[in-house]
Amino acid sequence: MMFLSPKLFRHPEFKIGLRELAPQAPGIAAWGLMTGVAMVKSGMSVFESIAMTLLVFAGSSQLASIPLIVAGAPAWVILATGFCVNLRFVVFSLHLRPHLIHLPRWERLLHGYVTADISYVLFTRRFPQPGHTPEQRRTQEAYLAGNDCLNWSSWMVASLVGIALANFIPPDWGLGFAGILCLLGIQCSLASSRMRMVASAVAGAAAVATYALPLKLNIVVAIAVAVILCLTMERFNPNASTGGHA
Amino acid sequence: MSDLLQGTDVWTLLVIVGLAVVTVVARGFFFISDSAWQLPHWAQRGLQYAPIAALSAVVIPEIVMSQGALISTWQDARLFASAAGVAIYFFKRNVLLTILGGMAVYLPLHLGLGF
Repeated sequence: MMFLSPKLFRHPEFKIGLRELAPQAPGIAAWGLMTGVAMVKSGMSVFESIAMTLLVFAGSSQLASIPLIVAGAPAWVILATGFCVNLRFVVFSLHLRPHLIHLPRWERLLHGYVTADISYVLFTRRFPQPGHTPEQRRTQEAYLAGNDCLNWSSWMVASLVGIALANFIPPDWGLGFAGILCLLGIQCSLASSRMRMVASAVAGAAAVATYALPLKLNIVVAIAVAVILCLTMERFNPNASTGGHA
Repeated sequence: MSDLLQGTDVWTLLVIVGLAVVTVVARGFFFISDSAWQLPHWAQRGLQYAPIAALSAVVIPEIVMSQGALISTWQDARLFASAAGVAIYFFKRNVLLTILGGMAVYLPLHLGLGF
């Protein structure tokens, strides 16, 4: 991993990145623990849960894909749903671009891959402007690497502990529901404008109404109906789109 | 090892690899190309709504349906736990407390009263 690149972890800013993430680490770990338990209790095998934890590294798309995997939805429906849930990161990457675009492509993609919500918020708060000199750029990169390093480790360790613990919990406790509550909490956190609440209500109702469609296509239909309806409402009433930025 | 792999199939593992690629593409979307470019206006606006719509489309059926039909009773632990979770979120603005509070309502109803 690039956390291990000496030019980054020997830089003093790496430690500052670690330190600024530290207050968030217990929360990240508790969330990871719950995700680990919920993955196994929603019907994933232990090996699948470990592979998902190590590779996917995105709690919300992991939890959202599990009901679809268990229901046997086609891969494209699962991947499209995961991408929609992850679209907030597309917005983050636009914001981070000027800070990282001087790096070779695979290095900036690796930075992007390990930068989740909290690191994005902390990084853009500490560095509102991109670096201009090579030393400023190195400083920003080292901070981000330190931040991501602690975020990644607390999430991974806690998720793997959760997967291990899940085997000792009887399935009829229904702990998989913790995953749904987690997604519900993220859903509430995204409900920052009236139009987004409309999108949420319409998508939920449409997904229930079209539940009988094969291949879990109700998810795709619900997203399409909600987005098209909201864009149409914006067009007829431009004032409706308050809170314009993601 | 055979215990560890129990219930694992190749298709699911391929989907997991696909989801990892989705994470890389989403988190590095604007890092892929060296030249700066912009999304068309409709796509920028669509980014406002697609994430919450996708979550809602997955979450709501998991709360109000069972075995493919809308539940016909209010005696379902999921309804009470979700209401508690949403209320906690809007008071405390904290996803972790939403999960813990929701499960604190869910488990007694589900295990104690059999909802």
